[in-house]
Amino acid sequence: MSNSLPKQSVPFSWLFKMAWRDSRKNRARLLLFISSIILGIAALVAVYSFKDNLQKDIDAQAKELTGADLVLDSRKGVSKAMQKMLDTLGNERSQEKTFASMIYFQKGGGSRLVQMKALEGNYPYYGSIETIPLAAAEQFQSGRNALVDQTLMLQFNAKVGDSVKVGDLNFKILGTLTKAPGQTGIGATIAPTVYIPLQLLGKTNLIKTGSRINNKFYFRYNDPSGIDEWVKKNDSKLEQEGFDADTVESRKEQTGRSFKDVNRFLALSGFIALLLGCVGVGSAIHVYIQEKLSAIATLRCLGLKSRHAFLIYLIQVFFIGLIAAVLGAALGTGIQFLLPLVLKDFLPIEITMQVSWPAVGQGILLGLIISVLFALPSLLSVRKISPLNAIRLSFEKTGEKRDFLTWVVYLLMAAFILAFTYLQMKTWLQTLVFTASIAIAFLLLILLSKILMFLVRKLLPNSSGYLWRQGFANLYRPNNQTLMLTVSIGLSTAFICTLFFVQGILMSRVTLSSGNNQPNMVMFDIQNTQKGGLDSLTKAFKLPLMNQVPVVTMRIEEINGKKASADTNNRRAYRNEIRATYQDTLTAAEKITAGKWTGKIKPNETVYISLDQRYAQQIHVELNDKILFNVQGMMIPTVVGSLREVNWSRMQTNFRVVFPAGILEEAPQFHVLMTRVPSGAVSARFQGEVVQKFANVSVVDLDLVLKLLDELLSKIGFVIQFMAGFSMVTGWIVLISSVLTSKNQRIKESILLRTMGASRKQILAINAIEYFFLGVFAAGAGLILAISGSWALAKFTFDAAFVPPFISTLLLFGSIVLLVVITGVLSTRSILNQPPLKILRTES
Amino acid sequence: MFGYIYTQTLKIQLLESILNIRNVSKIYQSAGRELTVLDNINFSIKAGSTVAITGPSGSGKTTLLGLCAGLDRASSGTVELNGIALEKLNEDQRAAVRNQYVGFIFQNFQLLPTLTALENVMVPLELRGAKNIRSNALALLDKVGLADRSHHYPIQLSGGEQQRISLARAFSNQPALLFADEPTGNLDAETSEKVIKLLFDLNKDAGTTLIIVTHDLELAARTERNIKIKGGIIISDENPTYVQ
Repeated sequence: MSNSLPKQSVPFSWLFKMAWRDSRKNRARLLLFISSIILGIAALVAVYSFKDNLQKDIDAQAKELTGADLVLDSRKGVSKAMQKMLDTLGNERSQEKTFASMIYFQKGGGSRLVQMKALEGNYPYYGSIETIPLAAAEQFQSGRNALVDQTLMLQFNAKVGDSVKVGDLNFKILGTLTKAPGQTGIGATIAPTVYIPLQLLGKTNLIKTGSRINNKFYFRYNDPSGIDEWVKKNDSKLEQEGFDADTVESRKEQTGRSFKDVNRFLALSGFIALLLGCVGVGSAIHVYIQEKLSAIATLRCLGLKSRHAFLIYLIQVFFIGLIAAVLGAALGTGIQFLLPLVLKDFLPIEITMQVSWPAVGQGILLGLIISVLFALPSLLSVRKISPLNAIRLSFEKTGEKRDFLTWVVYLLMAAFILAFTYLQMKTWLQTLVFTASIAIAFLLLILLSKILMFLVRKLLPNSSGYLWRQGFANLYRPNNQTLMLTVSIGLSTAFICTLFFVQGILMSRVTLSSGNNQPNMVMFDIQNTQKGGLDSLTKAFKLPLMNQVPVVTMRIEEINGKKASADTNNRRAYRNEIRATYQDTLTAAEKITAGKWTGKIKPNETVYISLDQRYAQQIHVELNDKILFNVQGMMIPTVVGSLREVNWSRMQTNFRVVFPAGILEEAPQFHVLMTRVPSGAVSARFQGEVVQKFANVSVVDLDLVLKLLDELLSKIGFVIQFMAGFSMVTGWIVLISSVLTSKNQRIKESILLRTMGASRKQILAINAIEYFFLGVFAAGAGLILAISGSWALAKFTFDAAFVPPFISTLLLFGSIVLLVVITGVLSTRSILNQPPLKILRTES
Repeated sequence: MFGYIYTQTLKIQLLESILNIRNVSKIYQSAGRELTVLDNINFSIKAGSTVAITGPSGSGKTTLLGLCAGLDRASSGTVELNGIALEKLNEDQRAAVRNQYVGFIFQNFQLLPTLTALENVMVPLELRGAKNIRSNALALLDKVGLADRSHHYPIQLSGGEQQRISLARAFSNQPALLFADEPTGNLDAETSEKVIKLLFDLNKDAGTTLIIVTHDLELAARTERNIKIKGGIIISDENPTYVQ
């Protein structure tokens, strides 16, 4: 007679109870494991909150961004028909002409190229031009007054009431300009603004042939509801006249779009930190489960089913993940207040940061999903733990092969990463590229660290001291996390180092003049009648005349007989003004890649022009194509005779379109002159003289430009490094977590060694050597990845040479190795401070 | 086919032969070759009896215990525990059988370190959803003389005390069979004696079939039957009281 199979009914509440009980004495450890994701969640919540608040503020302040309901601007002159139309628009109108010009400070004699804005009307209708004193913004148009940007006031130590020369006129500084609508801090640094009344612009004599003026018309409507529709309806006419239209809605979209890429970058940086944390979580949970082997096996002996054992640990991970996600969200909510400070120079509006509950919710959900997902492979292995492990490990290790469910989990992980990336990128191509790059980076790091470990194993001589051999051997201890650590620390190292190297590449790309024979000052807008005088002035200052070229402004009228209206896929070619030159020989920066160079033509001969090959591609033009140019009213038919490769980074004037000598000499033109000034003092004096005698001539000090670019890149670099810092700190947390995870094993090893007579110093040295190797593998793999990645970026994206800066690279490498060693040694020091017997009693 | 009996209305039919091992072999794959740990084992155990399984290290006695208790599956042969053929069951079904019919005492006690003494004893009862779990567990702790240590964790208890808690846990679900794997292996002689006495006293009270794996011949001598194993086969079966 046989008995029936018993039915077991385990209440769900018991699983929660058991999860709670089992987590006793482990809660701090579990929290430490999961803490690796806290920073990643914090970064993401900060970014999402920033994005939400930015969008809210853009929506709220969009009107202040444009300053009007409708803005029409053009670089072309205004036709009569267009003027007629402009006169009918809006209930209130303002006009502004914007152009680059020199300003001269009478008191100190300083001068600088600025963005001149000649304004007429009550613009801005929304928001304000902010000045010190406040009233200056409203009063400056009533006299010969100027509002000067605070950057300039500081640079030239100027005060309200001082006099500045703009063209042929002197203006009184009525106020310091602190903010203008739509202006960013970085914009003001690079191109500081000066406002003058429009009615006085003519008297400055600044508007000359070739002057690049942007005409802006501002309109306020009593009822702005139909503006966007009007713009849509009149789009082709506006385009024909060369006008761009900007409304509150379009500015909202545009501003949002500009920050979309920033937000994407920030979110993806945070995601990388989160992924690193997940690698740490996955590994730590794996070790945690390994330590629970005996307890789980005992429970299985007592009758616990495999799925219930799985659920107990799933419940633990779920709640710890929830706690970590909440902590991360709370931290992120705090950090979000830092982001506006980090990005302040790039923001055109005031941001009011407040708690974004959707962002907090997203962060918590993400943290929960990711902590459970990355712990699942280890949790699933709980089902395979045999009760035999309670009496001893079986000969056959069951459950080592990954089952179907584990593969499903891996697929889910990949799908999750893809889905999250797609939500940021919005295009599948970019999503796949980013995800593949992360995957390749992980694999490369694993490969590189394995290669490094293999090399050290082979190269470490047998005769080397015991401490070295033991320290290295420790990396291979059972359940070691060596590979996981080298990946997490290596990836954050690679990330930060790549950013550092790329910043250097970009700076070297724009470092135009470093040699003593390179020009560092350029003057343009030189009229024909001023050329001789400026040459003499330059020679009087004993400065070399390094590069003198004529510049003729023109537009494309037809390409192969087609006008803009017919050539609908190539509208850009016809819209933009071209600044061309004429020369009889190629310069050192030019090389013919196709066709035949024509340096000079006789009257009535075909005009063979030469185009920059990339420009030709952009406007869909090939060799022997016919282009009809409108040279300020005069039509000149040409044929594309050759294509050139131009070295644009070379310090000289380069042109997309080059005419042969013999055709444009009589055309309206201005000149560009380049020279080299030996010092800042000479530069200031020379500029002052130029501005005084030739008010319309613009002078650009290239050293100042480089300084500004350096500042800009530094600010951008800071933002990037701020986000990359999350990855670095996460990598460090993963390291600490790993050290503490392996604490028990280290204790046993330490006791054994001390029982055999090893001193504290020797054991400390072994630990230090172990972490030294770990740091070397991680930093080494990360640096190799960073250097390769930077080289590839330099070659294929920036078209620049890349040589890793030796000292900085060495310092980076050394710092990371030191950090790893210090962290590891400090964490294990506590083991050594107590007698072995005490530890044995405590840990048995 | 077996029907299902809900564990709350427990009806155990004590069979004359509570454990039947027929032609059981266990073969492992190890380092690419086959290792026969048990070879064609045959015996039966009468309900309520006390049996020792002895043999030198590596003889297969622990493996045999594992098969008898349903912790593992035989490579061939049948294991019938309380009338249930274990080889036909999946792991979860075997777990249910263990919870219902089997108690364990381990050499290294195997108390759950994060549970108190009382909670350790309660686990088997909680798994089967029994009633009066707490009071039953306390009563058992009292029987082993550790009622006053009910809220202590294993780390706060000595080896002997831990094994006594283990005893209480093993008897908590009133098992039909109790398997003890080297129950005194980690204890000193004096403590061993106390634990063994307690084991046999509790066993006598409960009427459980007791199967002890040990290499301690003195302990083996206290049982009614001694099955000796060497090299994976039974070399002797002294004082057999099995039913053919």
